[in-house]
Amino acid sequence: MSILLNKKTKLIVHGFTGAQGSFHAQQCIDYGSNVVGGVTPGKGGTEHLGRPVFNTAKDAVKATGANASLIFVPPPYAADSILEAADAGVAVIICITEGIPVLDMVRVKKRLAAINACGRQVTLVGPNCPGVITPGECKAGIMPGYIHKKGSVGVVSRSGTLTYEAVWQVTSQGLGQSSVVGIGGDPVQGMNFVDALQLFQADPQTEAVIMIGEIGGSAEEDAAKYIKKEMTKPVFCFVAGKTAPPGRRMGHAGAIVEGNAGTHASKVEALKKAGATVVDNLSEIGAAVAAGMKGKPKAKAARK
Amino acid sequence: MKLLEYEGKEVFERYGIPVLRRHGVLKIGDGTDKLDLQGQGPWVVKAQVLAGGRGKAGGVKVAKTAAEARDLAGKMLGMKMVTHQTQGKALTVEEVLVEDACPIARELYISVVMDRKNSCPSIIASAEGGMSIEELAHSHPEKIVKVAVDADAGLLDFQARQLAFDLRIPQKNFCEFTTLTRQMVKVFLDLDANLVEINPLIISGDGKLIALDAKIVTDDNALFRHKDQAAKPDHEASEIEKEAKAIGINYIGLDGDIGCMVNGAGLAMATLDTVKMAGGDAANFLDVGGGATVDQITKAFQIILKDAKVKAVLVNIFGGIMKCDNIAAGVVEASKKVHIKVPLIVRLEGTNVKEGKAILARSGIKIEQADSLWEAAQKAVAAAKK
Repeated sequence: MSILLNKKTKLIVHGFTGAQGSFHAQQCIDYGSNVVGGVTPGKGGTEHLGRPVFNTAKDAVKATGANASLIFVPPPYAADSILEAADAGVAVIICITEGIPVLDMVRVKKRLAAINACGRQVTLVGPNCPGVITPGECKAGIMPGYIHKKGSVGVVSRSGTLTYEAVWQVTSQGLGQSSVVGIGGDPVQGMNFVDALQLFQADPQTEAVIMIGEIGGSAEEDAAKYIKKEMTKPVFCFVAGKTAPPGRRMGHAGAIVEGNAGTHASKVEALKKAGATVVDNLSEIGAAVAAGMKGKPKAKAARK
Repeated sequence: MKLLEYEGKEVFERYGIPVLRRHGVLKIGDGTDKLDLQGQGPWVVKAQVLAGGRGKAGGVKVAKTAAEARDLAGKMLGMKMVTHQTQGKALTVEEVLVEDACPIARELYISVVMDRKNSCPSIIASAEGGMSIEELAHSHPEKIVKVAVDADAGLLDFQARQLAFDLRIPQKNFCEFTTLTRQMVKVFLDLDANLVEINPLIISGDGKLIALDAKIVTDDNALFRHKDQAAKPDHEASEIEKEAKAIGINYIGLDGDIGCMVNGAGLAMATLDTVKMAGGDAANFLDVGGGATVDQITKAFQIILKDAKVKAVLVNIFGGIMKCDNIAAGVVEASKKVHIKVPLIVRLEGTNVKEGKAILARSGIKIEQADSLWEAAQKAVAAAKK
């Protein structure tokens, strides 16, 4: 088991024939992901990377039975692509695009909520994220595949390279990952920490979770509440941005301390209180997980 | 992007939000005769800086005569100002606004913000204006009114009415107020803003509703559909930051002496934190991007070394899709081009790391290598202290 993606995932790539889309789709194919086709309006009927190209997501889903989307469409059009994928019936939508206007995402979330309220189950991951990988089964994103190893540590993070760093440390400790989810660095996004923690808690393969947060917003504080109330599996955390100056956006659109909100101190305190292990030094997260998993008996059976 | 007060008020005027009459904006180099001081006064002279608390720092002064207004404006221009929001650093006042002064009967607080948690815009308001809304939220959370706004419909009539009743707006100003709140939301949506704030919103001595201040922060991601805004100067960014932005590098200047080059925003933040933990201070935040090509690394070195404070440079790159041997070759080529005179500490990790390290070792360039971020930070701190 794993979360979001597995061997059976049929992936379509939006922005398939563009430079970014082509490069990363090829990397995903090389990793072994089942990329069944792509979407580029106007290029329907052609072939790219040995896969069929479709004009619309609807055509692609109809012809291939795709159930996951990977989006590389440029920022002005990306929100529309997310909604197109959702409308076509795709269940897991992963949006890599960085730089989508916040109000576009506000409207996307409202529409997705309406779709889900009608009984569908659409999950959005991102935008501005590295994607999702289930090692050895399916890679849908821009992460380097080789640093991952199949295993029992779930990883969820707001940052790309910081995720790779944590994953690499876990792999170097001889451990592996069940699934790795980059939820992205934007202020308004699809899946949040709590959503990912719920999936990991329910996933039998996952025995421990690494959560990489950063300054800005309250997703870590919300996660702390969930950890305290529901998680039986150990959670190991790092929160980036302890020394970031307030009021400045640290690269990610969402990484900003506004007034007294979104500070490093408040997040670390909430997570520690909730019983999570918080490392101050990023270089120690792999070792902390290894030490934590060695002494402990196997996690209790997942609660529903 | 953050707009200055007078830029915000120009926007408010276009949307029919009442502001006081303005008599001109002076920039450094302007003569005070540029002010067009009509009327009888008094006037208010206001420093145009992107930090709250300027009143207490001498950035807001009242002038009774035209001569006094010119004199105060001239003196305020170029003044160094420290407020509780500037983290001890002095801001230079580069622009000064002069507008009518106005007797105040009542102050309120109102803003439209992006509510991240609920993924929608929200109005935050309080019948008690003038003071810091953050302090109020802490000490008297019950005095804060919050209304979730639909991004397609805008503020609905009943929501505006509810707000007016909650804030005890006098009957005389009721319609003025509901119009103002709807227009504030319209500004927020039309401009792709992250924040539209009026603090204080006043009822004047003669009973009028007026936006005494204006604070607008727009979403950088939406600049592609706001060409007019994109063409305006970014008041917050320093010269180096603007230069970096123009060549696609994400750079923020800081106070320390260790220059940092990192790929990825999260890892860059974590690198600054690790430097601090090792007893040093970073000179900058720099995300060189996912590519990390020779060209990009060269540019990043050039940007970092523009800061004269830099005593050592720490490069921390996780080679993912871009392999470490390629990155190492890039670092070698770039450092030959740029002639780095300060100690250079490099930590590479990821694909082909052994090959990468070998390339650095036999390059003939003085590079100190580290295996972990922690080791790299310690070496950089030691090098900067020498």
